Amino acid sequence: MSEQTPVLECKNLSISYYTRAGEIPAVVDFDVTVNPGESIGIVGESGCGKSTVAMAIMQHLGTNGAITGGEILFKGRDMTKMTDDELRHLRGSEIAMIYQEPFASLNPSMKCGEQLMEVPLYHEDITEKEARARARQILDDVQLPDPDRVMDAYPHQISGGQQQRVVIAMGLLSNPSLLLLDEPTTALDVTVEAGIIKLISGISKKFNTSQIYISHNLGLILETCDRVFVMYSGEVVEEGTIDSLFSWPRHPYTHGLFGCIPLPTADKHAAPLKPIRGQLPLPHERPAGCFFNPRCDHMVPGRCDQAHIPMERVTGSAKDHRVRCCRWEEIDPNAEALSGEQKPPSEIGETVLEVDHMQKYYEVHDRSLKAILSGQTTKHVKANQDLNFSARRGETVAIVGESGCGKSTFAKVLMGLETATAGAIRVGEVDLGALGVRDRTAKQISGLQMVFQNPFDTLNPSHTVGSQIGRVIKRLGGVEDDEKVRERVFELLDIVKLPRDFYYRRPRQLSGGQKQRVGIARAFAGNPEMVIADEPVSALDVSVAAAVTDLLTDIQREYQTTLLFISHDLSVVRYLSDAIVVMYLGWIMERGTTDQIFQPPYCPYTEALLSAVPIADPEVTKREIVLEGDLPSAMNPPKGCPFSTRCPKKIGDICDNEPPPQQEAAPGHVITCHIPLEELKKVEPVIHVPTAEERLHAQARDKTETTS
Amino acid sequence: MADDAASTSPSPGSTPTPERPSRLRRTTSSLALLRESPVGMVGAVLVAFWVLMALVAPILPLYDPLEPLVPFQGMGATAPDGGTLWLGTDHRGRDILSRVIWSSQRVLVWASLATFVAYIFGMAMGCMAGYLGGWWDEVISFFANVLLSFPVMILFVIIVTVLGASGINIVIAVTFASAPAIMRIVRGLILDLRTRDYVFAAQTRGESPWFIMLVELLPNARGPLIVDACLRLGYTVVAIATLGFLGLGLPPPEPDWGMMIKEAVPLGSFAGREMVVPAVALSSLILGFNMLADGLREISLRD
Amino acid sequence: MLILTLKRLTSMVLIMLVVSFLLFALFETDKLEVAGKVLGPYSSVEQREIWLENNGYNKPFLKRYVLWVGNALRGDFGESIQLKVPVSQVLGDRLANTGILALALFTLMIPIALAMGIFAGMKEGSFRDRAISVTAVATTSIPEFASATLLTAIFVFWLGWLPGTSSMSSGFDWQQLVLPVAVLLMYDVGYVARMTRASMAEVMTSQYVRTAILKGIPYRRVILKHALRNALIAPFTVIMLQLNWLLSGVIVVEVFFAYKGFGSLLYDAALFGDIYLIEACTLVAVFVAVFSQFISDIGYTLLNPRIRF
Repeated sequence: MSEQTPVLECKNLSISYYTRAGEIPAVVDFDVTVNPGESIGIVGESGCGKSTVAMAIMQHLGTNGAITGGEILFKGRDMTKMTDDELRHLRGSEIAMIYQEPFASLNPSMKCGEQLMEVPLYHEDITEKEARARARQILDDVQLPDPDRVMDAYPHQISGGQQQRVVIAMGLLSNPSLLLLDEPTTALDVTVEAGIIKLISGISKKFNTSQIYISHNLGLILETCDRVFVMYSGEVVEEGTIDSLFSWPRHPYTHGLFGCIPLPTADKHAAPLKPIRGQLPLPHERPAGCFFNPRCDHMVPGRCDQAHIPMERVTGSAKDHRVRCCRWEEIDPNAEALSGEQKPPSEIGETVLEVDHMQKYYEVHDRSLKAILSGQTTKHVKANQDLNFSARRGETVAIVGESGCGKSTFAKVLMGLETATAGAIRVGEVDLGALGVRDRTAKQISGLQMVFQNPFDTLNPSHTVGSQIGRVIKRLGGVEDDEKVRERVFELLDIVKLPRDFYYRRPRQLSGGQKQRVGIARAFAGNPEMVIADEPVSALDVSVAAAVTDLLTDIQREYQTTLLFISHDLSVVRYLSDAIVVMYLGWIMERGTTDQIFQPPYCPYTEALLSAVPIADPEVTKREIVLEGDLPSAMNPPKGCPFSTRCPKKIGDICDNEPPPQQEAAPGHVITCHIPLEELKKVEPVIHVPTAEERLHAQARDKTETTS
Repeated sequence: MADDAASTSPSPGSTPTPERPSRLRRTTSSLALLRESPVGMVGAVLVAFWVLMALVAPILPLYDPLEPLVPFQGMGATAPDGGTLWLGTDHRGRDILSRVIWSSQRVLVWASLATFVAYIFGMAMGCMAGYLGGWWDEVISFFANVLLSFPVMILFVIIVTVLGASGINIVIAVTFASAPAIMRIVRGLILDLRTRDYVFAAQTRGESPWFIMLVELLPNARGPLIVDACLRLGYTVVAIATLGFLGLGLPPPEPDWGMMIKEAVPLGSFAGREMVVPAVALSSLILGFNMLADGLREISLRD
Repeated sequence: MLILTLKRLTSMVLIMLVVSFLLFALFETDKLEVAGKVLGPYSSVEQREIWLENNGYNKPFLKRYVLWVGNALRGDFGESIQLKVPVSQVLGDRLANTGILALALFTLMIPIALAMGIFAGMKEGSFRDRAISVTAVATTSIPEFASATLLTAIFVFWLGWLPGTSSMSSGFDWQQLVLPVAVLLMYDVGYVARMTRASMAEVMTSQYVRTAILKGIPYRRVILKHALRNALIAPFTVIMLQLNWLLSGVIVVEVFFAYKGFGSLLYDAALFGDIYLIEACTLVAVFVAVFSQFISDIGYTLLNPRIRF
């Protein structure tokens, strides 16, 4: 390998942004060598500089960014010294980039085909006809169904997954030596993401393209890359091969990150998450010495906070394994992994919520000419189809599903912003499904509160934190006296572990994690019996998300609150819920306890969903089930089983034409599927977690391989 | 920003009760932001100059704007009482400087009043159309469209000729012409804001629509609305001056810029200064409003 | 697309109906007042009532409105009280004169404004951008009658290059068009240029322009093919809406320069209380405004594939 010229080499690369506040170093001292055909992963949380590295390689840092030191060698030539014209010839032909938001990256007023054809037309001496043929061919290569239609479609006429495939096709079109992928699946649904990841991981083999894959998700890096770089606050803190770094992370930040990710092995009671305390420093507030030292448990004053720490090779590991920590030899990450405190499981009481054949249909007016001519201008969107499940006191029930599955509609009906079309949602003796929020009593309202998804939206930017929490106490807690309200707000701030002077802060002075904490305080201000949490941590960085998740479950346990946890992430759900409801296009496909869902028998959709979850543990193996196509639109769902269009186990016309029956596999475990239970019971578990014995074997085998 | 010290502080309950930061400091710090936009600064200075003139007009050592001295005096001429006529006198011998400054007061007072009234109506209608939606939206938007389909000046001319030229009628005309436009802006902002989670949170607490509109939604629309108010104040000044020029504006004899130009135009080249001075004054104030709005917009986009 | 066109057409007709009703109600509810306007202030009440009877004014209000609308649709707006000629005749002449102004304005304004806006927006924050932006805000800030005053002071009184009035009393003279067009141009170029600049600047920072640059296609093509097409959608609408503004602007400009166009006609009618003429002028103006809005809506959907039906 070492004789080959590397495709890309960055040496001591430093990048700064110039703002009114002065020069802000975004990336410091970055070194990487990318060999032909190799896939490099760069992982880190927001603001760590990973995307800046990609833009620097493309030499496109905007007007206020500049490379302040080091060099970027592309096949031996220094890109920082190239003219605009030379760069133009490299871009798109030798180096291509794939972006985070496919829709925004495509020109809305040009047909996909034309946008694709531009690449060969401007990089090669080629006729329009040949370019067209090439574009058509590449769409085939990225497994787009019906490439001819896509060629003539505008970007808004195809789905998100298809758009990303077009962007990938555009990148591959001139057969580049290097492909940069900046969070290419973040905007997509899990099952669609799985298809794209499979495509991407096949690229380097098929086209012998080197890749730099940028992501915040360690699980995705594991599935796509050979080597991984962990970045923190503008610098690489650890690098190594996938095996060495995932098996023996040496930097406290790296194993801190692993501690924040719920693995399928983890259980909230037995092995709680270990959040990293504090938050990422802003670029101009970085500490001296190791940038991670204020958040590090192993920090030694006088050693870690003095000089800048260099990268050191980790002896005894794979040869590429290097770490930026002056104490890596002294710290034993495994010893610490065992020290996680154990928390008692919460006591589960009587049934508090019963959803009984609940349906919610929306009327949508179709004003297209075709609809008017055929006289069918009103359509029913079946947002929730015959929902049945219950939740008990102190229990955590997760509702899992991808976009359009109806989980938000359910939340709206439960909260009273919509009323159910049929069926009932019983809380105690009352059917809340029929009551809009303005018809509910104060007690019914205060018994049911919500934590929202988007930290930037959850708080009103015009009011202080104190007044927003206070308003809930006044309105729902029945406290009128201002002084008492203030005291109660202080108490709540203590509960969510925020300093009391946040009372006077405005939301824009808070970080994402802090805002979510305030959101939790607000939800618990009226002493609710049940809290709905709608993806409360999906927008947060991993290390912060773990702390917020923990806080939420701690409060829930203490107050014996019922938690309805809406999520698309099965790892989190596995970690914190007692029961799971899997939804797809308005239907409940499967429900049961967490163990029942994660073990066979599965509904085929659950099976695919489980397989799609990226897992950041190289020892865990999964059966690969990649779904074809995209989620159907909720406006126009399949006639029979909602999953029939993508189901790999479809048994015939019955799936297309008849709604599937609800089969009870075990008490409380219901699967909606046409396939007989006996058949479903025959499958293997999707996720295989090795036993302790198997792990030892694997480690021994790895050791011999490294030493040989 | 403080770090998420929260999770590390040993016993948060023991933190002392904090003090509220003063409102004054927050106001001055938001004003200081304007310093970062040179365009905005120039605008602010121009507007501040005319507002100041309007405020201090009564205490400045000016001649009576209505009293005829000697006609057609040049710049810097000496008045009968020995004082200096910095900008000379007009065709009827009135001090131009005094007339220009008093005009600013008259124009700014009526423009502010008219804009304020238009905003009250526009915001109320915009909130209802945007938040309540449904029939409210259909009806309000339709009537806004009807009014907006009139070219503005035609609407002004019709309203003023039917009702007669007076300050109050100008306020009415401006309200008819501006409120629909304000309504559209407010409606758009509300439609965008109403999908936010904090509105959802307020709804699920059972808050009334009025509370949500006034407390949850409108304060967050203030950024674009301040920019728009700035521009609209400018338009209203132009409208009042234009009506004055057309002889349909504020009734004489008190001066306003439009009327000053109207009186001077028939005199042709004899009254060049008499025409140019109010034209420059008016343009500088409008330029001020527009540049201030630009600056404010630029700053709000930066955040 | 067809549905959209039909919908817009319906709303256009509805707006015209409401506007015409409002106008009719405003000017012709008080019948005696109408007769007074026609017969002059010294006419007696009896004379007025006879006139009302003879002219069909004693029919019910709604019936009168329907008849009036029917006549208006046939182009019959009655006879001008002041000029004693059919309204349609004088209106036609005056509209043609204003049309000349508008034509001159639009042929100059569109290329200048678009060029300024595009050059400024291409490099947001550059010196070129700042210079163009400040010029644009300065020219739009001067109200029409103020710029008319200033231009007259310079080019008529001081330099003596151009005539100060544009009444065209001795036949068509292009020199008399220069100042009115210049005044309208000063305001409008700045306004449209600002809108174009904002749109262009937004497009230039969009991710698809970044994609195009990083695809390695030449900068010229990035601008011409990727940026311009999207950046011109918004200015197109703005330009169409300038027709509405122009009908306001011409009142001042035509009055100032004594140009015999639509604006000065409406102004004179309003001052004289020539109700039939006011009604006709307003209806025509609103029709032009609503129709240009209609064209702009349709054009917008054609230009923007994202919202095509």
